[in-house]
Amino acid sequence: MRLRAPISRRLYVGASIAFPLVLLIAWWWVTTAGYVRPLFLPSPQSVVAEGWRQIEEGILWRDASVSIYRIVAGWSAATVLALPIGILMGNYRLVEGALEPLVSTIRYMPVVALIPLSILWAGIGDAQKILILFIGTFFQQVLMIMNNTKAVDMTLIRAGQTLGFSNGEILRRIVLPASMPGIWDTFRITIGWTWTYLVVAELVAAQDGLGRRIMDAQRYFATDTIIFGTIFIGLLGFATDYLFKVGGRKMFGWAETTR
Amino acid sequence: MKPKLSIRDLNMVFEAEGGPLTVIDGLNLDVATNEFVAIVGTSGCGKSTLLSIVGGLTEPTSGTLLLDDRPIIGPGRDRGFVFQNYSLFEWMTVERNIDFALEKSRMGRAERRELVSEYIQTVGLAGFEKALPKQLSGGMRQRVAIARALVYRPSVLLMDEPFGALDAQTRGMMQELLLKVWDEHKSTVLFVTHDVDEALFLADRVVVLSSRPGRIKNDLNVDIPRPRPYEVITESHFAELKRGVLHDIREETLKMMAIEGAS
Ligand SMILES: Nc1ncnc2c1ncn2[C@@H]1O[C@H](COP(=O)(O)OP(=O)(O)OP(=O)(O)O)[C@@H](O)[C@H]1O
Ligand SMILES: [Mg+2]
Repeated sequence: MRLRAPISRRLYVGASIAFPLVLLIAWWWVTTAGYVRPLFLPSPQSVVAEGWRQIEEGILWRDASVSIYRIVAGWSAATVLALPIGILMGNYRLVEGALEPLVSTIRYMPVVALIPLSILWAGIGDAQKILILFIGTFFQQVLMIMNNTKAVDMTLIRAGQTLGFSNGEILRRIVLPASMPGIWDTFRITIGWTWTYLVVAELVAAQDGLGRRIMDAQRYFATDTIIFGTIFIGLLGFATDYLFKVGGRKMFGWAETTR
Repeated sequence: MKPKLSIRDLNMVFEAEGGPLTVIDGLNLDVATNEFVAIVGTSGCGKSTLLSIVGGLTEPTSGTLLLDDRPIIGPGRDRGFVFQNYSLFEWMTVERNIDFALEKSRMGRAERRELVSEYIQTVGLAGFEKALPKQLSGGMRQRVAIARALVYRPSVLLMDEPFGALDAQTRGMMQELLLKVWDEHKSTVLFVTHDVDEALFLADRVVVLSSRPGRIKNDLNVDIPRPRPYEVITESHFAELKRGVLHDIREETLKMMAIEGAS
């Protein structure tokens, strides 16, 4: 194989199915042959059975819908704020100076440590979950969007200036669309991170939700529930990622170089 | 006669990391209406800075700039700019890119459409109205940029190494195209280039800037009659002019190397 040499689509898809399949077979084999105790690693059959049970009892749908709602709300709130602030930070040095060091510090603060505070501020309802997801997402996102807009060539801005556009118009009509493919990638990456914060968000005082289900299962060592929940979150994350990828390709075809 | 553009005692000092950097020091230049002036000089001598100041995109440290007797205080639609790296709006079609330049004018929709298609014809891009920039070659992209800078009829055209990134053949074709367009729609042109042949082929005057800090080292009248066929660059008078300019630039390059070697 040569470095970066293209391969056929069939081979690519084949590899992406075959490798997980090999892992699945290995998993099935070590568990069914009795090499590991089900407490440590349940068999794939029992994980599937657990999934089926959750579907039949309607738990899965209820969990998934609350969790998806929290993800969408937390991520959207973060995005609605991060987009304008990121654009301003990327284009006004003063705004960058005022916010960048602060945001860079906050984004390294462990979100788990903020749970008690988040309860004080937002109670123990949905708002608190959404707040945790917001905190986990916003501070990373705003810096990434800042960098996305900074990547826009200065000559595009200068072109806008010579054509008589105001700063606001240049930001909205030149900088924003020019950096939108990059910002879209940021969306895609950060919503993945929001998913990873779900368990943290549902750690305290949650009645339902995919993360809550996993936390509960830990108390009873219900490893099949833990593994099913984890894989299911992974699959939902993968589906989100795929939607963003396809959407991006549809909307930003102009940015893909054919050369 | 009153000059179209008049630059007096222009100074530009940048706050660089190693202290203040004087890039332009007491530069004076007059440009007549519809004159085509090429600006050449060593890399880093301040050509782009000078153009950017005339364009109103950079504020000079001191000096007076008058355009039609009015001071330049910012960018304005009396000046059009063409940059070296094709500054096209990649998400817009060729047509939209050019039309975007007319948004700030008080023209009606129909008038705008007509002008856009006229300028697409002028730069030879008919049939590519709906193409996206990524589908165009470098030369075609730069033709869009030229059309976009001309379509709102600025009286001054500022071009910063517009053909610098093109291969030699394409560059030659673009130079002829530019002269043709300039002939149809006369305007005052400041054209920055590294290429002495290009400067002499295009311009009425070639201004050689000295190495940093930039001043005018030589101001040469290009007395070659127009229209100029492309073979003109092989003629002996052309070679004579070229020798002089090359000599000036070389002198300044050596000085610049001494400055940079010493720092
Ligand atoms: N915003 C700025 N801040 C600090 N220094 C600058 C700035 N812009 C330009 N300079 C410096 O000013 C000098 C002249 O720059 P300029 O781009 O005008 O040169 P140039 O003649 O166009 O060079 P080239 O032929 O390479 O394009 C350079 O040394 C450059 O590093
Ligand atoms: Mg330059």
